[in-house]
Amino acid sequence: MSRLTLLALQILVAVVCVGAWYVFSTYPVAGHMLLPPFFFSNPIDVARQVVEWFATGVIWKHLWVTLEESILAFAIGSIGGVAVGFWFARQPRTAAVFDPYVKMVNALPRVVLAPIFTLWLGLGIWSKVALGVTLVFFIVFFNVYQGIKEVSPTVLANARMLGMSERQLVRHVYWPSALSWMFSSLHTSVGFAVVGAVVGEYLGAAAGLGYLIQQAEGVFDVAGVFAGMFVLAAFVIVIDVIVSMVERRLLVWRPAPSEAKP
Amino acid sequence: MAQAAGTAASAVALNDVTVAFRVARGGVFTAVERASLNVADGEFVAIVGPTGCGKSTLLNVTAGLLAPAAGEADIFGARLSGLNRQAGYLFQADALFPWKTALENVAIGLETAGAPASEAKPRAREWLKKVGLAAFADRYPHMLSGGQRKRVGLAQVLIRDPKILLMDEPFGPLDAQTRQIMGNLLLDLWSADRKAVMFVTHDLEEAISLSDRVVIMSAGPASRIIGDFKVPLARPRDISEVKLDPAFHALHRDIWHKLKAEVVKGYAQAEGV
Repeated sequence: MSRLTLLALQILVAVVCVGAWYVFSTYPVAGHMLLPPFFFSNPIDVARQVVEWFATGVIWKHLWVTLEESILAFAIGSIGGVAVGFWFARQPRTAAVFDPYVKMVNALPRVVLAPIFTLWLGLGIWSKVALGVTLVFFIVFFNVYQGIKEVSPTVLANARMLGMSERQLVRHVYWPSALSWMFSSLHTSVGFAVVGAVVGEYLGAAAGLGYLIQQAEGVFDVAGVFAGMFVLAAFVIVIDVIVSMVERRLLVWRPAPSEAKP
Repeated sequence: MAQAAGTAASAVALNDVTVAFRVARGGVFTAVERASLNVADGEFVAIVGPTGCGKSTLLNVTAGLLAPAAGEADIFGARLSGLNRQAGYLFQADALFPWKTALENVAIGLETAGAPASEAKPRAREWLKKVGLAAFADRYPHMLSGGQRKRVGLAQVLIRDPKILLMDEPFGPLDAQTRQIMGNLLLDLWSADRKAVMFVTHDLEEAISLSDRVVIMSAGPASRIIGDFKVPLARPRDISEVKLDPAFHALHRDIWHKLKAEVVKGYAQAEGV
């Protein structure tokens, strides 16, 4: 399939979906509205809402707040995850002591922590950042831990034979290995940072995309809810593209899965 | 046969080395039992034996990666404890650092010894040239072929100028042509600056064509050294030509005669017969 055909087909999917949405929410079929506008709005109203947000510029403030929360959650969660992952992997005894608690906290659905964070940290950005951190931390932590545990024994023996001291081992072997595992989970952890921010906003905030959606829902403004969802989706795609670019730059040394040799 | 252990001239003197591993349910598996081996300075010794006979174990003891349960290893007359700082080790599996380029992989051995990058990099470039990879300095290991990775590995080890070179079936995974090319490259590099070499292989032809002496190990467990043959072939050698020499064939026949029984035993044990 050529690129052009592929692109045409991809656009076709969107056109068909939006078209069906428009038709079924505007014209009754056999005297029956399949997508009642009260619950499903319609594409034109949603588009109008999105355009209005951008035209008046209200949306930028909310986008900025969500972005800020996501970045902070990602940064703090990653730094914590790398530090603790490194520490546990190098100190098996500490890891063994904390193991049940790590599992316990990780098994907890993090959403239930949101009210506590709101209570502790208020309605500002930090309660959302905290929620995002609890999500990002564990992904990064487990990956870094695994990355250090699974350094090839041959590479390790080779490093020793090449005269590496304990400090050099950390710098030339453990650290790059841990980072590569962390970067390979970059999409997931960035995604969860955004989830933490939006869910936090949805549960109580004064600004942000989640807040926008929640406000629209509160007044049965379905067009607003859908518009918020579309803006959020576009926001996540843009972030994902940036992450892919960063990943390509950082993991040049890694074989692409298709060209991996046994 | 081997000289008396602990001779000052010996680069490596293994004396009655026994290696045992703890296995499941409190059992003990003896990999090597009372093996003694002397390698003189500048001597190229090949170690041949059936699969699973503890050839690599012997190398790991010499490298100091593994402590023997009994017996001792002397390196240039000094008792070995901890890592063997005078040895370079070329592993069977891929041991390059995948996140470093070929150049960085070669340079790292100098950097660990405290050389600044400005000094290590040009020397690493020289070594890449010696192994024929000057044009591949900036490639990462996954962009190199198996043979090229082995060349980088060889440069990585030799740049440190170790007194003893340990090689564990280094060319095992390569195809026949590449093995021959690598063998000749190894002999070229080695003859320029003769180091003591312990070369483990299961390929008898490779062993004879490369080495000064071929040592045979019995099938495991508790394998021992059961044969020691001088290789009467002149140097410098070309690996493909030396195989046509009548002396090569005579020696091959002698060694194979001894080795065959062990190989059969090794297979029988591997299949649990």
